[in-house]
Amino acid sequence: MSDEPETYEARAQEPANLEPATVESLRQTPLAEVHRELGARMIGFAGWDMPVWYESATVEHHGVRNQAGLFDLSHMAEIFVDGPDAAAFLSWALLVDATAMPSGRARYTMMCNDSGGIVDDLIVYRLEDHRFLVVANASNGATVMHELQARSEGFVVKLTDETDAWGLIALQGPEAERIVASVAGSGLVDLRYYRVAQLEILGAPGLAARTGYTGEDGFELFVPADLAIELWSQMAAAGASSGLIPAGLACRDTLRLEAGMPLYGNELTSQTTPFDVGSSRLFKVKPSGQFGEAALVKASAAAHDQLIGLRIHGRRPARTGYAVNVEGGQIGTITSGSPSPTLDCLLAIARVSEPLEVGATVQVDIRDTMTVADVVALPFYQRSRI
Amino acid sequence: MTDVPDNLSYTADHEWIATGEVFTVGITAHAAAELGEVVFVELPVQGAEVAAGATCGEIESTKAVSEIYAPVAGEVVEVNQAAVDAPESISEDPYGAGWLFKIRATGGESELLDAQAYRALIA
Repeated sequence: MSDEPETYEARAQEPANLEPATVESLRQTPLAEVHRELGARMIGFAGWDMPVWYESATVEHHGVRNQAGLFDLSHMAEIFVDGPDAAAFLSWALLVDATAMPSGRARYTMMCNDSGGIVDDLIVYRLEDHRFLVVANASNGATVMHELQARSEGFVVKLTDETDAWGLIALQGPEAERIVASVAGSGLVDLRYYRVAQLEILGAPGLAARTGYTGEDGFELFVPADLAIELWSQMAAAGASSGLIPAGLACRDTLRLEAGMPLYGNELTSQTTPFDVGSSRLFKVKPSGQFGEAALVKASAAAHDQLIGLRIHGRRPARTGYAVNVEGGQIGTITSGSPSPTLDCLLAIARVSEPLEVGATVQVDIRDTMTVADVVALPFYQRSRI
Repeated sequence: MTDVPDNLSYTADHEWIATGEVFTVGITAHAAAELGEVVFVELPVQGAEVAAGATCGEIESTKAVSEIYAPVAGEVVEVNQAAVDAPESISEDPYGAGWLFKIRATGGESELLDAQAYRALIA
């Protein structure tokens, strides 16, 4: 297990363990007090004490799809990269051409090991010519920081892990734009998708990005940790009449699953390459080279797996690790599975070694019962863009 | 602290038992709260003979699968088909509409907890 991060899935699938995690051993976000006051059910997630739901994961899921939800993402790692070589360094270290990113842009990217396996998936924000922010999954923050440092030899850059210094709040859903404008400034209405702005929030230097992990429009706001509660309160108040509700990790997982977004520890692991998970577009051979390039070039040419969407028949959700079979035998495994509140059916993502057309059927081994599943297109859900 | 009615008996596996001529079995409010929204339940078949502590079904929430255990040895004389058809009743009313099955006990004394002992267990 040492290779696998402690994911929510992993912990939730220990049915015998109905006891709450020991709070003393877990890191607290700047919003811990807010979660307690709201009566959130807390779980240990990647070493942090996090809200898994407040009232109901399903209610929160629908709330984000139809109005808006407020997420505490302060457990995610913020690593700042400063220096004249910052763009060249990130282009070397990650699957991104940071030199081609204008300031104010965000890119989805991955860090790979020297075998081409995925270390983490990340968002890189270019704040200024010589200043970037890398946001990593909580479970991988320390690894990403360590790896970046190891890969920075010969580059003039300074790396700073500022995870503890920042509160990160995501506001997601169709009402997000209206709510954020009333709290963090009307200028944010004009912030386009995958753009980032440096601005004053509550009188202090902060960041606003139009990014998210729910399949809805939304913002991710970075403020100094001691302002996180104030920002949360102001947004909660500003959004109350629009139906804004606090939203926990459980609905974040079902929202991202419907949106077909991969999760580290599930779809993405150190044993899978970007080519196994439909992310080959992230890799381009760069004139300046790439960490692990030889392995990545080899992986791109080799046979690789792919992610497929499944709609499971019957009433039992398919869970991570269950075998996916066709007539010839097992061709892959379920990487994520859950009831879908929006589509009102059972959905799963599987990693399979054979190409399967939409409309094909497979058999999923649900605890020794072979269950039919239809291959359906990913993403399962796409918001309408007017 | 979640609801732990005084008139019921409990197991360390977070099931409640209403004792009597037949034993009615369900999961506790504590277990329901920990599981979250129940989406699927599989119960033993009526007439099945079960051993004390044996797995006799499963209960699945949006995120986790848990086993259901027979708290005492006996014959399953009734299962709550309404809970199978509408598993959300287990989350919403675990001591009422969300009961799971009834057993006619055949064994001797079983190790059940009283409400006070169960409260201490989940404290």
